[in-house]
Amino acid sequence: MSTVFRSYDSASSQRSDRCAGDRQRHREKVHEAIRQNIADIISEESIIGKDRDRIIKVPIRGVKEYRFVYGDNAPGVGQGGPDTQPGQVIGKGEQGGDGQQAGDRPGVDYYETDVALDELIDMMFEDLELPYLERKHLRQMEVEQLYKRKGYRKKGIRIRLDKRRTAVSRVKRKKAVQRADAFALRPQRFPFHRDDLVYRHTVTQVRRESNAIVVCIMDTSGSMDTMKKYLARSFFFLLYRFVCTKYQNVEIVFVAHHTEAAEVTEDEFFHKGEAGGTFISSGYRKALEIIEQRYHPSLWNVYVFHCSDGDNFESDNAAALQAAKDLAGVSNLFGYGEVKPLGSGYYGSSMIQFFSQLAADNFQTVQIQRKEDIWPAFKGFLSRERTRDDAA
Amino acid sequence: MPAGFTIQELESWNERILVLVEKFGLDPYPQEFEICDHEQMLGYMVYSGMPSHYPHWSYGKNFEKLKTLYDYGVSGLPYEMVINSNPSIAYLMRDNSLLLQVLTIAHVYGHNDFFKNNFTFKSTRAQYTIETFKAHANRIRHYMEDPSIGLEKVEPILDAAHALSVQCRRNLAIRKPSQEEDVERRLSESAPAHDPFHSIHRRQDYVAPDLNRVPLYPEEDLLLFIRDHNPLFSDWEKDILTIVHEEAQYFIPQMETKIMNEGWASFWHKRILDTLELPQGMQLEFVVRHNQVLSPARGSINPYHLGMKVWEDIERRWDKPAVDEKRDTGVKAKTGREKVFEVREVERDASFLRRYLTEELIRELNLFEYQSRGGDQVVARVADDDNWRAIKETLIKNVGTGTIPVIKIEDADYNKNRVLFLRHYHDGRDLQLEYAEKTLRYLHLLWSREVVLETEINGKQSLLCFADDKLTIKPVH
Repeated sequence: MSTVFRSYDSASSQRSDRCAGDRQRHREKVHEAIRQNIADIISEESIIGKDRDRIIKVPIRGVKEYRFVYGDNAPGVGQGGPDTQPGQVIGKGEQGGDGQQAGDRPGVDYYETDVALDELIDMMFEDLELPYLERKHLRQMEVEQLYKRKGYRKKGIRIRLDKRRTAVSRVKRKKAVQRADAFALRPQRFPFHRDDLVYRHTVTQVRRESNAIVVCIMDTSGSMDTMKKYLARSFFFLLYRFVCTKYQNVEIVFVAHHTEAAEVTEDEFFHKGEAGGTFISSGYRKALEIIEQRYHPSLWNVYVFHCSDGDNFESDNAAALQAAKDLAGVSNLFGYGEVKPLGSGYYGSSMIQFFSQLAADNFQTVQIQRKEDIWPAFKGFLSRERTRDDAA
Repeated sequence: MPAGFTIQELESWNERILVLVEKFGLDPYPQEFEICDHEQMLGYMVYSGMPSHYPHWSYGKNFEKLKTLYDYGVSGLPYEMVINSNPSIAYLMRDNSLLLQVLTIAHVYGHNDFFKNNFTFKSTRAQYTIETFKAHANRIRHYMEDPSIGLEKVEPILDAAHALSVQCRRNLAIRKPSQEEDVERRLSESAPAHDPFHSIHRRQDYVAPDLNRVPLYPEEDLLLFIRDHNPLFSDWEKDILTIVHEEAQYFIPQMETKIMNEGWASFWHKRILDTLELPQGMQLEFVVRHNQVLSPARGSINPYHLGMKVWEDIERRWDKPAVDEKRDTGVKAKTGREKVFEVREVERDASFLRRYLTEELIRELNLFEYQSRGGDQVVARVADDDNWRAIKETLIKNVGTGTIPVIKIEDADYNKNRVLFLRHYHDGRDLQLEYAEKTLRYLHLLWSREVVLETEINGKQSLLCFADDKLTIKPVH
């Protein structure tokens, strides 16, 4: 009997990553699974307000391989020591050891994959499919013009004549003539012809820069508790991220208001508690002021979003409506989100009803009651925007 | 080659091992060894060692998992990977030491001998293994590349087929009766039994059997049955089901003999290496490595350890039986060597443990039974006078294909509505419901009509009906 030994061939080992295709397909499936669960991921507090490069652990379902397997009441056998006694706890849920065999026990869902926040955001917005939003609402500035060579042409202006290529094409023509007619070999003049001339072609390239400003206005009056702030914050986060994917240069301004408004830092915006009553108009006036001074609508795409629990002082309503109209006039999109967690007790009126008098077509209202509402609300917010675009 | 050995060295060791293999009476297929690195090894492991295999994402998933475990040092790679084919192919990792290579070579001959001689492997057609897997791979790739089919149609069928592939016949040594034989059997069953006193008895009424029932007898090969009875399938879909079924059947014997096979290979590598007269350094390394592989896994079962223990016990009992063991070994006692060779031919894990795992061995190994209680695994029984039998029974239920629920198709026209009716042969272990639901979804996809599974949930007979994209659970009246 002969035994064959085949020696190791490093070249073939480098070539033979035979599993690559299957790994790729598996990764695609993982991504699909993440995309399906995005709503859940969004409602997890952990992702909001994190750095862009931050890696997040995302639980994934749907890439398991299901078979008929036995459940919990199936006993097993293990090997112990002389000290093993009935009643001893040897492990939690999952058994060790013989778990690899096919059709054995339900496997552990080891899937908690690492995804960069950026990648996740891209995946989220892939779903939104908003092709026209960008085009219509981009107020662009042509920031740079440059000329770039792009091929050659037979016609052109003198200054772009490519002498080398022109000479080459003349030689070519000469050779061709000689081949066609052997007697043409006699030394004689062989001048340039119009067909020999080659010109460089250039194109103008314009680099556009687009700027966007997101103005986040939040009601920080006494009635806005942590939960409401959290919901508002999640919505702001999504909006900011979304705008970031569409514009090159995005800035963000935070305005907090109760009866008076002030521009605050991000940290203060989300964490600082305030107290007191609510004048929504104060927040809007402040926003208008900031836009007027620093982000003029002729240069900036303005996105304004306001979150409140809708508990405004009656006396301020008329002023608020007027201010809202002005804001809608200067911004691309102006949104009002009313945060009313379930079970928070219904008091005060809803500003959504009141704002329905506002006839601006770039004004949107959404209502958020629970964490799970955020993503659908956000999607709805943008898709209404798209419908309007299409109609326009 | 950077590793600490050359091919020449391996060949000379192999020659010395082969002499012993022959002397001990092992009878392997011709053997081929391939030296590979750890990445290649991972690749081979994922595809069960096959040089070519059809693509499916689940192999990619498995690769990632193995690689992660390996990279983080949670688990090492196996020293050996050997496939049941003629000639047999085994892979040696080049980064291993010379001793490990020698150990692996000896171990591989044990597996190889087992593949060739154990009865469960008779149906695997070892001489065609490589070609068969290659042909399967080519066919499936062809379907994936066919513009009228494509990956997006092939993949769901493969997913579904994989979910059901091990729901097939377990003992392939028993021939599957043909349709005609089934009809005959049914007819002869319904014929009245022979009655020696027919003259004084009333003649029994003859009840004609229902020969239109499909299937006549409960059917275990789920994929094949669906392939043959779903009229909506096109040829490529049938072919995919056939391929997946055949591959599953190829691996059934390996599942069925895991403990025997690993024990057998370990039993012989130990004997071979002990006889080889290794130089001292290698001898020491051998002892260390051998003990690593053969160490009992606390809390679970190490098939190498358990298998080898039983094999050694058989040999000892037949060679030098203790006084009270004489009766077990019979009058015309075989030698231990003869006995183990007989056993390796005619048993599989379940029967092997039932016949040869003795009470003494169960006690010596400190086997215990565990059960899950409120999310914890709790020791339920230890090997004492009252419980060792129960532990043995549980162990036997958990080896080989015993871990796969028995589910058979009983009626393809349930309620006269082409609903597929299946029964789970409940043996005290309930199905995991989430998995059952997802698997029924696959079954529904393949059958393209409602499917119903009868099973027992918490002591109640129930019907799991999968239709209209959802599962409903009804009690059986």
